[in-house]
Amino acid sequence: MARLTQKVIESPVRRRKLSREVLWGYVFVGPWILGFLIFTLGPVLASLGLSFMDYELISAPTWRGLRNYAELITQDRLFGVSLYNTIFYTLFSVPLGIIVAFSLALLLNVQLPGMNVYRTVFYLPAVTAGVAVSLLWIWLFNPQFGLINYLLRSLGLPGPGWLVDPVWAKPAFILMSVWGVGGTVVIFLAGLQGVPRSLYEAAEIDGANTLQRFRHVTIPMMTPVIFFNMIVGIIGSFQVFTSAYVMTQGGPRDATLFYVLYLFKQGFKLLRMGYAAAMAWILFVIIIVLTLIQLRLSRKWVYYEGELAGE
Amino acid sequence: MDTMANMPQASARPITWGVSRYRVRKAFGRGLWYITLTGLGLIFSLPFFWMLSSSLKVEARIWIYPPQWIPDPFLWRNYPEALTLMHFGQALRNTVFLTVVGTLAIVLSSSWIVYGFARFRFPGKNVIFLVLLSTMMLPDQVTMIPRFIMFKELGWLNTYLPLLVPAAFGDAFYVFLLRQFFMTIPTELDDAAKIDGCSYIGIWWRIMLPLSKPALATVTVFSVIRGWNDFLWPLIILNDSEKFNLALSLATFRGLYSTQWGYLMAASVVSLLPMIILYFFAQRYVVEGITLTGLKG
Repeated sequence: MARLTQKVIESPVRRRKLSREVLWGYVFVGPWILGFLIFTLGPVLASLGLSFMDYELISAPTWRGLRNYAELITQDRLFGVSLYNTIFYTLFSVPLGIIVAFSLALLLNVQLPGMNVYRTVFYLPAVTAGVAVSLLWIWLFNPQFGLINYLLRSLGLPGPGWLVDPVWAKPAFILMSVWGVGGTVVIFLAGLQGVPRSLYEAAEIDGANTLQRFRHVTIPMMTPVIFFNMIVGIIGSFQVFTSAYVMTQGGPRDATLFYVLYLFKQGFKLLRMGYAAAMAWILFVIIIVLTLIQLRLSRKWVYYEGELAGE
Repeated sequence: MDTMANMPQASARPITWGVSRYRVRKAFGRGLWYITLTGLGLIFSLPFFWMLSSSLKVEARIWIYPPQWIPDPFLWRNYPEALTLMHFGQALRNTVFLTVVGTLAIVLSSSWIVYGFARFRFPGKNVIFLVLLSTMMLPDQVTMIPRFIMFKELGWLNTYLPLLVPAAFGDAFYVFLLRQFFMTIPTELDDAAKIDGCSYIGIWWRIMLPLSKPALATVTVFSVIRGWNDFLWPLIILNDSEKFNLALSLATFRGLYSTQWGYLMAASVVSLLPMIILYFFAQRYVVEGITLTGLKG
């Protein structure tokens, strides 16, 4: 009885407190909601609308229906080329990056003095990504006087033309992307350090040798991290821009005309805003579809600890 | 060979080996380990070495084959000359201004927003947070064109406003990072402050911010690196070379002195140096931040 009265008395106070809490919750989250509406949701809808229009900044936009999309898919050769280049780049740079990063992380995952120094060395290229590093790689890839061809020749290999050769330009970008793999290394390293030691000990008691432990403990435990790096890696590599803009401007013979570079050229060089918006939406759909496919496939190979507990 | 296969569990205590044999193998394994890592480390740092070496060479010594590893003569002149030619002082001031103001805005706004998500209950909170997470997947290019048109209509093109104003509304990735950290701060502290009559803003400023310093440091370092290297958006917004940041100035400089590698490398070294120094001092925060994203993502 006493409890009940107390509750009755308390409730208006509590409600007032609650609504005050609600109000303050919105005060704090408010800026993000506002920013989302102005700088994300509005532009997303506007770009969808624009993708059905012709708009070249000088005159008013005119309705074009699906013709931007139709032109991209059926007539624009460079659209296909840029898509091909981007897929080619992604297909090699993401798996290669993951393999290199995983191997480096395995090498760094030992308790020996000086590992911090090595970690710094491998991560540094990732901090410096941008124009300066792109300039450096143009120079490294110089066919006659660049360091890379010098090293290849001293190994007795022929030095390709790299950035001036349509066949070798994309591999050059892939090589450069592998150099900047440091962020992925750090994520893998954190994942490796999170694998419980007891699992290795249990496997050892069961008579598993080092290779078996790697195959049956490390790999399964790392699949979620590999999966995360794959998703992030693919999204990132579909958006490659700065290096291509600085190093080749899309050449030679459009071999490095990556998707976003072509989008930029259509939108901000030719001022075909509607056309570029359609390209942006196609990119968006591609990224969503790729992510969904990976999520679906992940059920087959990604192992989550929680699953075992349920069995 | 054993060492190579051993790598995944190298941190685990070896149980199976006999002591003396183990010691020999361990010393041998360690040696191999360091040799492999050092070799790979050298390969990874070679480009930086090449950049530094080229920046100190006379023009004539750059175009020789086989290349000269150590510049002879050692030439500092590239630095002052390149920096004058590319109006480095101006570009550096612009970059520092953009990076500092942008970072302050984004750190303050993101931590303000995250306080709401971490401590308050209000209708729609989970949905809003899910939307926030999903915006991280949205490629910038989708919103880029309408944002450009919007800022053009506002008359903000060729000003810093389009680069700075959006930062005042927080950043989804940083909110996400900070939230992981805010959740670990015990609520007893807020309650105590509330009883002492502290307002919510007071709690945010006097309790949440000081207690989340490590996470704020992480976000700050990320934002500084991002701001410093920012290229595509400034390229779209800024026309006037006096307003260019370092990245834009460097790209322009490359167009003008496309074969003067001594100059180009000197300018690159100087524009990278602040980030390299920052990274050496703030390495811990970067690593923690990446770790947090990777594991909870």
